Amino acid sequence: MESTKILDAKGLACPMPVVKVKKEMDQLNEGEILEVHVTDKGAKADLPAWAKSSGNELLQDAEEDGILKFWFKKA
Amino acid sequence: MSLKPMTAKELGKMVINREEIFILDVRNTDAFDDWKVEGEGVEIINKPYFDLIDGVDDIVGQLPEDKPLLVVCAKEGSSQFVAEQIVEATGRDTHYLVGGMKTWSEHLEPVKLGDLKDGGELYQFVRLGKGCLSYLVASDGEAAIIDSARTIEPYNEFLAEHNLTLKHVIDTHLHADHISGGRKLREKHGASYWLPPKDAEEVTFDFKPLEDGNDIKVGQTKVAIHPIYSPGHTIGSTSMVIDDQYLISGDILFVDSIGRPDLAGKAEDWVSDLRNSLYSIYAGLSGELYVLPAHFGKHEELDAQGRVMEKLSVLFEKNHGLNINDEEEFRKTVTEDLPPQPNAYQEIRQTNMGKINPDAEEQTEMEIGPNRCAVSG
Repeated sequence: MESTKILDAKGLACPMPVVKVKKEMDQLNEGEILEVHVTDKGAKADLPAWAKSSGNELLQDAEEDGILKFWFKKA
Repeated sequence: MSLKPMTAKELGKMVINREEIFILDVRNTDAFDDWKVEGEGVEIINKPYFDLIDGVDDIVGQLPEDKPLLVVCAKEGSSQFVAEQIVEATGRDTHYLVGGMKTWSEHLEPVKLGDLKDGGELYQFVRLGKGCLSYLVASDGEAAIIDSARTIEPYNEFLAEHNLTLKHVIDTHLHADHISGGRKLREKHGASYWLPPKDAEEVTFDFKPLEDGNDIKVGQTKVAIHPIYSPGHTIGSTSMVIDDQYLISGDILFVDSIGRPDLAGKAEDWVSDLRNSLYSIYAGLSGELYVLPAHFGKHEELDAQGRVMEKLSVLFEKNHGLNINDEEEFRKTVTEDLPPQPNAYQEIRQTNMGKINPDAEEQTEMEIGPNRCAVSG
């Protein structure tokens, strides 16, 4: 997937991953894609819930070697 | 006016004393709907922290000024983040829950149930966050612990404070909702670990068989723990009569409901066992016995002192699960439309058998959420 920007939020604990994702998304233009890497397990449920709440689209998620990856499309 | 920590112990006292508190739960809504802090004096709303990143103006109007305010989240970080903003916006005292719902899930509150005939005492350890109940029998400097929770520090502190030597650790059955602290307690105190043999066929460690006629003595004063085989929640489920006064019912009978037979995937097989245990074995016991279950389902089951107990005769009158005359209706009640199964129940059973050894963080994750061992409630 073609990501506009990659946010490395590994090692950050709740609430920082979502706070950073929101900040980055605010900088993007509609339709652009933010790829997020996190290790905080709480983000697994919270990032999709944030996307739903904020209207941004969660395109895909994956887990590799303990790193959670998400792709969000800016609404 | 400032940001203040509140420990699980402080919150536990407030819940048991039925003090008024307003809780803002900032976890995601799925987690909140699954499980939350409950209590007589607890008023609670949910607003996820990620909807409050730009400010708390949306919710400050919803926070009553005449009650203490507590913000809770899963671990702690987000509740501090939101509580700080509330302090900035309103200037009021705002608490956050130390360790979040993770710590709340593990907190145990010991309450005394009563004196035993020969000078001993019986205590109930109430795990408010998860609805689990465990028991400590003390007599003549010795102790037995029944259905221990995973975190054993509260028991260790209690034993030290009361100068007790732990002699016996007993599980009424192989638990599926929480990880037993039995093995850890045995290792630390050198106590005997008793398990129903039919639930322990696959366990990977040594144990003593908890069986009919195999009475367990605590202290010199002959406080007898008398096991009664009562299958149904699991094939091995064993109840115990303590001091001819109390009936430890495990997950067979609760104050407001009865056990579910499906957590080992054998609902249909175990229905008739469950019915027989409740309608024959329990029906044959003295109605004067106080039933002490391994769980409560609703905070209303706690009495004014924070205890969960009721006379067997009262339960035969009031508990719906003991008043279903039709066998087919009983079968449907305990096998159909059941609540969701407890979080990670299969992994929890494997852990309690000693087959897998998750680390502490994984164990905490596995236990998150309510116990869900009852048919309803």
